[in-house]
Amino acid sequence: MRMKFSHGVHPPELKALTEHVRIRRLPFPDEVVLPLSQHTGKPAKPIVRVGDRVERGDKIAEADGFVSSPVHASAAGTVAAIELWPHASGVFQESIRIAVAPYDAQVPRKRIIPDWRGLAKEEIVEQVRQAGVVGLGGAAFPTHVKLVPPKDTTIDTIVINGCECEPYLTTDHRTMVEYPDRVHLGTRLMMKTLGVDRAMIGVENNKPDAIERLQATIPEDLKGKVTVHGLTVKYPQGAEKMLIKSLLNREVPSGKLPMHVGVVVHNVASVATIAEVFETGLPLVERIITVTGPGVRRPSNLIVPVGTMTKDLVAACGGLTDTAREIVFGGPMMGAAQASLDVPVMKGTSGVIVLTDAEVKPQQSYPCIRCGHCLDACPVFLNPQILGQLALYERYDEMNEHHLQDCMLCGCCGYTCPSNIPLTQLFALAKAQLRRAPKAA
Amino acid sequence: MTTPRLLITAWPHLAERDSTPRIMWTVNLTLIPVIAAAIYFFGPSAVLVLAASLAGCLGTEWVFKGRAALADGSAVITGLLLGLTLPPGIPMWMAFVGGAFAIGFGKIIFGGLGQNIFNPALLGRAFLQAAFPVALTTWPVIRENWWALRGDNLALPLMSPREVDVLTSATPLGLMKFEHQATGLGKLLIGATGGSLGETAAIVILLCGAYLAWRNYLNWRIPVSIFLTVAALATLTHAINPAYPGALFMLFSGGLMLGAVYMATDMVTSPVTNRGSWVYGFGIGALVVVIRLWGGLAEGVMYAILLMNALVPFINRATQPTVFGTRTAKETT
Repeated sequence: MRMKFSHGVHPPELKALTEHVRIRRLPFPDEVVLPLSQHTGKPAKPIVRVGDRVERGDKIAEADGFVSSPVHASAAGTVAAIELWPHASGVFQESIRIAVAPYDAQVPRKRIIPDWRGLAKEEIVEQVRQAGVVGLGGAAFPTHVKLVPPKDTTIDTIVINGCECEPYLTTDHRTMVEYPDRVHLGTRLMMKTLGVDRAMIGVENNKPDAIERLQATIPEDLKGKVTVHGLTVKYPQGAEKMLIKSLLNREVPSGKLPMHVGVVVHNVASVATIAEVFETGLPLVERIITVTGPGVRRPSNLIVPVGTMTKDLVAACGGLTDTAREIVFGGPMMGAAQASLDVPVMKGTSGVIVLTDAEVKPQQSYPCIRCGHCLDACPVFLNPQILGQLALYERYDEMNEHHLQDCMLCGCCGYTCPSNIPLTQLFALAKAQLRRAPKAA
Repeated sequence: MTTPRLLITAWPHLAERDSTPRIMWTVNLTLIPVIAAAIYFFGPSAVLVLAASLAGCLGTEWVFKGRAALADGSAVITGLLLGLTLPPGIPMWMAFVGGAFAIGFGKIIFGGLGQNIFNPALLGRAFLQAAFPVALTTWPVIRENWWALRGDNLALPLMSPREVDVLTSATPLGLMKFEHQATGLGKLLIGATGGSLGETAAIVILLCGAYLAWRNYLNWRIPVSIFLTVAALATLTHAINPAYPGALFMLFSGGLMLGAVYMATDMVTSPVTNRGSWVYGFGIGALVVVIRLWGGLAEGVMYAILLMNALVPFINRATQPTVFGTRTAKETT
């Protein structure tokens, strides 16, 4: 039985620039900037002072509560400042700036790497938490939280998200092709902690080499328990709810989480990172990232220290072309444009895309002609047409009645609108306005 | 490396290449074969009538919205479609007035593109039908001489058309309704019958419609549900009373093809939901059959569509999509 989610859009894939480019390691930059808020939840609290010498992998900020995550030094050096710095969210945020020690071997401190075979569930979760692992797909939700489901929920399936449905990005693709064993080890650890014996890896069919590699490397004892599934190439196949619908034909109830239908979804890169933590003992201090787009001279897949600034990334990729005009963190469908080349890569930054004048040419907006294309695109079956009209008149409360809160801002409506109405932007704005001024009860 | 002046825009940073003007101009392009068929059958009269209604539409749009508004191509659609619904012999000034009314009272008065409730071209035609009933129901027959005008196209404004020496005849629907005389299907298919400029060439219209549906520039559900409804009801009535025409005649006569493919599918005045499109198409089909069989008019497509246009807001409201996860949310609570 072939299942898939309904609606969605088919943007050009644009992955050819980097999909077969081997991951290479970036030399350490002169400086790294580590924001205290790289994850969903409360920002971490710094535990170092300006002038302190730190080694690579040292914890420099402690998690503040359960839904939070610690931050580690991604390079050896001295703490140059703890200050406000340009952040990928578009505002300045408290960050720890480390001047990287030149000519340093960048060898992390010796540490005991516990053997996962001998660890209890709780100990594995604690290791993941201490390593500062968060979702690497973009939302950066602390991973350990998803490994401890509430008592009243039963999880029967782990879904590993290798869809990478965003155009341009090849981070997950290369991870699956080059580190399939890590994906399987991470999956095994998750199955162990959650006590689940079924894991499904979903990969879009435009990555046949990844599907093949993953299938060929499933460990003997996991055969039958871990399965790899090729999925229709359609955006947003990698959205949690869509992926669960495609793989299991379960519909996550409105306002609920995947665990309410017995599923936990993890990004494939996060899973590989968990494995890495137990292989090397190093916390999450580096990640794989795609630097691509027509505005960069040498599109690449890179392993970079978390906190590497955009200018260093771009320089490592041959620099910007003369027509480069917009720098996007994440995919082109949901990524945020950046105002400065000083913005550092964070744990959840899956790609840096440089667009040129040709792609970002402002388009004239026309009135809505009620073509209904947005309704056919919306993967959660909203009516973006009526929502858009309401948003233009700032009737935000009425938008809630039209299920605005079910909108995941995936960008399908804005992508498809022939009148170039910035629907997705209007909905993001409406949500922000509603959060700011909650309706008086 | 110099830092470029970075641009900040909201996501998504990709957009489909379709644009509103592109949709409008594509529709216009697909009308070319239909117009060509009209010119083939009705000669220079077709050119004159279409030019006049186009001038009425574009002129009005230009006066109220400025030259830039003409570029989106929507006024051209209205002008061409209005012209195609008119009889070939109509005086040019009437066609011009119809065009001006279509844009002025069909569109501008509501606030311009995207705001109107009724299909502007059909509103223009309804106005002409009410104002000049004789001119709108005079159907010249196919002439031997292609170059001859099919009526007094050049009548002076506000003058009644001269009695010109043209043979007129009823349309196939008129023949059927008032004289119980059927027209052969072959003639209907190619359009070699009396009627409005675009009441002919059913096959050409269908092919153009299929192309537009493939491009997703029209919602195929609308014409399909109209055709299915008309065919089903005609078959039923024909079975009960053989004096009523059968399904094929009903489908291929009159303005049904042009109406179902080009008028009913006007994005602005048709439902936004797919479920609603089925309801809307069913309503049009049913009304067409009712008006044709039991109404005082031979043809009912125009009023059927206009009536259903008025119901579109209600159809939209009643056919909102079921939001993902709301069904399961109800089950779990």
